[in-house]
Formats: sequence, C-alpha cells, structure tokens
Amino acid sequence: MEKHVVVIYPHPDDEAFGAAGTIASFREQGVPVTYLCGTLGEMGRNMGNPTFANRETLPEIRKQELIAACKVLDMELHMLGYRDKTIEYEDRREVATHLKNILEDLEPSLVITHYPEHAVHPDHNALGAAAIEAVRLMDREKRPVVWAQAITNTHVEDLGMPDVVNDVKDKFDIKMDAILCHKSQASGVIRSWNQSDDMDNDLKEEAKKRLGVEAFYIWKYK
Amino acid sequence: MKPIELDVVQQKLESFIDKDVYVHLETTNGAYASHVNAKAYNVGVYIRNAKIRFNQAKIVGDGKSYRAGLKMDIGWVYAEGLTDFEMFQGEKLLMAGHDREGRLMVALQISETPFNY
Repeated sequence: MEKHVVVIYPHPDDEAFGAAGTIASFREQGVPVTYLCGTLGEMGRNMGNPTFANRETLPEIRKQELIAACKVLDMELHMLGYRDKTIEYEDRREVATHLKNILEDLEPSLVITHYPEHAVHPDHNALGAAAIEAVRLMDREKRPVVWAQAITNTHVEDLGMPDVVNDVKDKFDIKMDAILCHKSQASGVIRSWNQSDDMDNDLKEEAKKRLGVEAFYIWKYK
Repeated sequence: MKPIELDVVQQKLESFIDKDVYVHLETTNGAYASHVNAKAYNVGVYIRNAKIRFNQAKIVGDGKSYRAGLKMDIGWVYAEGLTDFEMFQGEKLLMAGHDREGRLMVALQISETPFNY
C-alpha cells in the first residue's frame, strides 16, 4: 500500500479530469493524498456556460471550485502560486527546488504528474518536467515512484503502452462529482472534445467515453 | 457580464481619455485547439497591465459584435469581436467577446489602477 500520494498538476480541474478515479481509490484504501496545484487557471477561456465568470473574477471562482473538488475527493490541497500559461517561462530549477522542498516535507511514496512533452498544454509539460526534476534532486533512497500521465493523441505510438492502466468506471460517480465542482470549466471542456454540434447533452455519458480509464507511465530514472 | 450597451461603453471609454491607464488585451482559441482538431492552430496573445495613454476612443458595432479602437500618440489599440461588458469594482471597464459556448475569444479591459497580476 502507498504511504502518501502527491498529485502535481498545474490547473484546477486537471486532478478531476486526469486522476480523480485513481485518487478516490487511494483514499478508499486510506492512503493520504495531497494535490499540489500549480496555478489558479487564471487564463482559462471557459467562463461557465452560460457565462458567469470574467477574466478578473475567474481566479477566485476557480480557487473555490478547486477547494470544493478536493473536498469531494477528500484530499489535501496546496496551491503553488504560479500563474496560468507562464510555468514554462519560470526557471525550471527554481520550480523543481520549490517542489522538492514540499516533497521532502510530505515524504510521499508516489508522485503523479504529467509526462513532459507528451501532455499537450505547455503548463502540463513544464510542471511535469519540474516535478520529475524535483524527484531526481532527492536522495536516491528517498525518491518516491513517479507516475507520468501522457495525454497527446499519439502518446501510445510515441511511448508504448502505459505501465499503469486504472479502470476507474467503478469510481465514475465521484469522478464526475469532482469534475462538476469545476462549474466554470466542466461543460466547456467536455463539449470541446466533440467538434460536431450533435453531441449528446448528457455530459456524464460523454465524459465516460473518454475518462473511464486513467493511465500512467512509470518514470525511469537513470 | 452583459451585452454591450454602446452609449454606456462609449461614455466610459471617453472617461479614460488623456489619462495613464492600464490595459489588458487578449485573444485566444484555447490551449487545446489543435489537440481536439488537427486542422486547427493554437493562437493566443495577451498583454496585461500595459500602461498607455490614448486621446481618442470609439466603439463601433452592429448590435451583436463590436470593435473598439483607442488612438494613442504613436499607435493604436484595437479589439474586434467584443460582445459583453461589465464595470468591475466600479472603475475597471471589462469588455469581452464570447462564443456560443460562453468561451472567451477576445478581451479588452481598461483601468486607472493595475489589474491583479
């Protein structure tokens, strides 16, 4: 059994869409889970549908959504204070050291993050790279295992089959509850997957097609 | 935000004339544009808290979508596709254009005090 799991993603809602089922399974086993959330998604373009946020109110709205989602998933939350879309411009080593200090404090047995260069959003790639670097900077015997999540359309042909494939359909209700905590984002994100206009109005069914499995690659340190 | 009311916004724009103001100007089609549609391109730009001064300002449109232009001593600020506006905290003029899903496509915001950063 894991001792403590730390999830490191840049945006409020990455945890819900990417790993909520896996997180719920760990919590069911009594494993503590902490989310290190990089930004408040300040520059998101989804403003709710119908629109209820604006560029200036979005950060606080997403912060409250994040807090609610972490409550649903019963995990601790630590906000890292970076700004949406800018993580790749921060000093990689500085971000890695920031994360390393937190990891040394929490002593997780497992870290979940994005797979650098295979995670679509520049913030995903940059924070994933910093998280992997943070673990590399730790004493070898104290390093947690790292699960890296790739989300490009071509990640299987680029990287092979993921090492960890979690079927989370039995956790789908709680996963959907976590996703729907992100009210300003959920509808827009789910609808964006389907470019045609004939999409099923049932967001949950549409989500299940895509989000029933959470897969990760185990990072191999040389 | 609510649909742009031309007279209200025009009056507000003019209230900023010949003052040092902070501008947030942005357009985006999302970080996932080419992920969800291979034929699409990711395009986005934003500038936040650029300090400018303009001497003319006008908003023009057809009742649904509007364009705003601010004339500066040596240049222009321009935004197209604006649909909604709001006076935020009483003094910040927020204008934005949203698509049918409520997603922000363009924003032009003007304030005498800086926006949070």
